[in-house]
Amino acid sequence: MNRVSWIRIAVVAIAIGLLEVCCRLGLIDTRVVIPPSQMAEALAQLLISGRVNPEIARTFGIVLIAAVISVVAGFALGVVVHALPRVRQALDPFFATYYAVPIFIFYPVLIVIFGLSVMPIVLMGVATAIVAMVISTLNGLDRVPQVLSKVARVHRMGRTATALLLKLPAAAPHLFTGVKLAVSYAFIGVIASEFILAPAGLGRVISDAYTDFNNRQMYALMLLLIIVATMVNMLLHVLDQRWAERRGIAKA
Amino acid sequence: MTTALLDQEIHARLCGVTRVYPGAAGTQPVHALGPIDLDLRRGEFFAVVGPSGCGKSTLLEVLAGLQRPTAGTVLFEGRPVSGEVPDGIGVVFQEDASFPWLTVWDNTAFGLRRNSVDAAEIRRRVDDALAFMGLMDFARAYPAQLSGGMRQRVCIARTLVLQPHLILLDEPFGALDAQTRLLMGDEVLRLWRRTDATVLLITHALDEAAMLSDRIGAMSARPGRFLDIVVTGWPRERDSKIVGEPAFGEITGRLWDNLRGESMKSLGYSKMAAE
Repeated sequence: MNRVSWIRIAVVAIAIGLLEVCCRLGLIDTRVVIPPSQMAEALAQLLISGRVNPEIARTFGIVLIAAVISVVAGFALGVVVHALPRVRQALDPFFATYYAVPIFIFYPVLIVIFGLSVMPIVLMGVATAIVAMVISTLNGLDRVPQVLSKVARVHRMGRTATALLLKLPAAAPHLFTGVKLAVSYAFIGVIASEFILAPAGLGRVISDAYTDFNNRQMYALMLLLIIVATMVNMLLHVLDQRWAERRGIAKA
Repeated sequence: MTTALLDQEIHARLCGVTRVYPGAAGTQPVHALGPIDLDLRRGEFFAVVGPSGCGKSTLLEVLAGLQRPTAGTVLFEGRPVSGEVPDGIGVVFQEDASFPWLTVWDNTAFGLRRNSVDAAEIRRRVDDALAFMGLMDFARAYPAQLSGGMRQRVCIARTLVLQPHLILLDEPFGALDAQTRLLMGDEVLRLWRRTDATVLLITHALDEAAMLSDRIGAMSARPGRFLDIVVTGWPRERDSKIVGEPAFGEITGRLWDNLRGESMKSLGYSKMAAE
């Protein structure tokens, strides 16, 4: 592990330690925030008891489905829009301003249409994540050097071979950025939707714990979400870094 | 000399080749090139020089089959070239066209794998090309780990393994510094002698053209036409040391005499060009 990684770990450890000390010394009211050690203890007890395991499976399952749909559909949509310059010109302003619109205002509409089921949550996850993938795909394809198309013609490659063997690998770093963003946004979309209104799921359980002043459960599940989201993101980051190293591009 | 013998000596031929680009909405069509007539002799090193925007690269792309001529015909080894790069033509571009996701070895093997060449033959040809280009120690490196000159050598090696009969070089050293360009020139001369291929080099550098070529075509400002064909008279065994020869200065001087006015025209100095 290099020095930067040690500093990173130290920052997190100091922040957790500081919160622990402040809670223990009463500088922070423990009725508002419990010490991190108690959060961890509560989480361990919760996981061992298995009480929320179905909720955990449900929520992370929905996040996975939303992320996969967003990545696949976002990539496909990006490729189609990239191939149609006029359509792109028309849609570009929407892509640019998409995240300025609070898309959760559409959640009640989806509930009216699909009822209190998994579907509106999946759709909110997809709606939150897909545009990041579309934008990354467009960026990636824009940055494929023009000369590669000429190289493809010199090698007498057809459109499919050019796309798969040259354009896709050339655009891959940007596509991977899109995957990372889509996964993060899928987490946000799904958990937030469950938190607003859902029959089940981690967001719902956190919301219930919050309403019931059940701080131990609320913070335990928040900690779980933070750990899982961070781990997934770190895993994708490590993959990205290894890939960059394979290409001979050093990344900090 | 019989016609058959003449045809055997002529490797590629351009007859009345013209290229006009249709104008964008509300603008005039752009007459980029021609009419051009040119016979490339088998095994010669021919350079094309001319002012910026005179259609040098268009000429190369038309000859390669990457663009269709608006008028005229292009023949390579006696067969017409139209809209597809024929077998036997290799092209090295000015831009870095190496594939950053592949190692130097895999970059070089790319075309051979596409052509489903036998694995042992791929290994033999790639190792040979990398050794020849001085890249063997970097076979496992990725392009991002190499200098601009080395990346260009990777692209040349990728072309070389396909054993082209006609190698088209589109300002391949344009992005390199002057010293590296001289050394790369030596590499290209070695490659040319070894392969016996015909080479067409597009360049804006008069010294590069004078050093490398058997013949040099000086082109006018757009629409590009040949103003003069300069025969250098260099022996086949030559390298960058010939830049010290008195004849080298005479050749570059003659090229500049042809191109000075044309370069001014291309920059919009019409009055000065007339003087």
